[in-house]
Amino acid sequence: MQIKTLVFIVSTLLLGQQVNAQNVDLFAEEKGPISDITTSTFKSTRIVNGQSIENTGAGILDFRISHRFGALSQGSYSLFGLDQATMRIGLDYGITKRLMIGIGRSTYEKQYDGFVKLKIIQQQEGERSIPLGISYVGSSIYKTMKNPSTIYKPYASDRFSFAHQLLIASKINDYFSIQLSPTLVHYNLVDSAKIPNDFKSLGVSSRIRISKRVNITTEYFHRFDKLAGYYNPLSLGFDIETGGHVFQLHVSNSTGMTERTFINETTGSWGKGDLCFGFNIVRTFTIRKSKELRNVKW
Amino acid sequence: MRKIKILLALFVMCLSIQSNAQKVFSTKAGQILFNATGSAVKIAAVNNQVDSKFGEATGQIIFAVLIKGFKFENQLMEDHFNENYMESSKFPKAEFKGYIKNIKEVNFSKDGKYTANFEGDLMIHGINKKVSASGQVEVAQGKPTIIGEFSVKLADYGIKGSYIGDKIAGEVKIKINCKYQN
Repeated sequence: MQIKTLVFIVSTLLLGQQVNAQNVDLFAEEKGPISDITTSTFKSTRIVNGQSIENTGAGILDFRISHRFGALSQGSYSLFGLDQATMRIGLDYGITKRLMIGIGRSTYEKQYDGFVKLKIIQQQEGERSIPLGISYVGSSIYKTMKNPSTIYKPYASDRFSFAHQLLIASKINDYFSIQLSPTLVHYNLVDSAKIPNDFKSLGVSSRIRISKRVNITTEYFHRFDKLAGYYNPLSLGFDIETGGHVFQLHVSNSTGMTERTFINETTGSWGKGDLCFGFNIVRTFTIRKSKELRNVKW
Repeated sequence: MRKIKILLALFVMCLSIQSNAQKVFSTKAGQILFNATGSAVKIAAVNNQVDSKFGEATGQIIFAVLIKGFKFENQLMEDHFNENYMESSKFPKAEFKGYIKNIKEVNFSKDGKYTANFEGDLMIHGINKKVSASGQVEVAQGKPTIIGEFSVKLADYGIKGSYIGDKIAGEVKIKINCKYQN
């Protein structure tokens, strides 16, 4: 009888404890690591001339004006290059968080261009840790400049050139990001049979944050296949953030703004003082609000 | 002996009934809005992924939110918010851990609106502060919704910037709306 009672008491005590365990301490619950996708690897969708790993947000339209003056080496007669100007106006649109498209028109060779940029892998920490992001950019460039040659009348397809780029970028910390951009440029038509149609190059770019609103950017492309008479483009820029805009100011030996032009056809040389001042201005428009922002009662 | 046994059994039953009553309500899709509009430009964001739990018996309540989950209409503003003000790579989360002091006054089996007094620790930007606020618990078909509104002084949480007090309000209005599942 006594043993029975003991067993009863013990078992009820155990039961009681079990039941008590349901009274969870919510504060003590452990949370697993949170997935955190890296943002602001670069401040804009372009570093100077080249594409950065950043996309415009879904439903966001960027109106972008890029302006390049002439070379400093032109001297005081041309006010150190300020008399001369090439420009590109463009529209970029984010279809989803990962996919953006853009079109543009450059004064150089009266080019039209269009591109697609897709984030393949996004840099992230937490649940999954991926130290770098990879994007693909495919662009096509159509030059509409009338051909002065009378010997040969080009087909429309001869006016096309294409660029394929992989952007491999890593935000090392809040102050430093780096990007490698292996690039392949294809010309449908080149000047002579001796010149190849495909040109490989590698871009190396970086961003250094020097204050809350100012970043220094660098951009260099090394060409493995070279067109004679042209130089590797090297650019140094400032990204300045104001209220709702990023203002990009830079010096470069290149005045082109499409991949094929600034990578393969840079006429200026830093050594000879062919430095060109330029800037990009972006105005952002929200075309489609994100799901989260619809039906919000502020 | 038998009497003792019965008494014991009754006591344990009472204990277990009391404990069983601790129900935990939770959601992962609560909403937090904030408005920090200082002068002309609207500075406001929404986060629809608030993680929250509360115990019906103890009144213990937790809200946790990822700073990067706040969506602005202006993407650049969102970048500034994360990089320059909240430093979200250093401090990814904001959290409230506290109690609904008058939880006993809420009858979860009866539809209606009940005033709720919250008290606890609010952690933003890595800084913990004791806060208290009042809100509402709305019960509809056994499911509670917590609605609250309070404001936070940015200076209290070490959030600095030259625009604060001008374009950005020094005191930010925060609205919470969390609908819980059982």
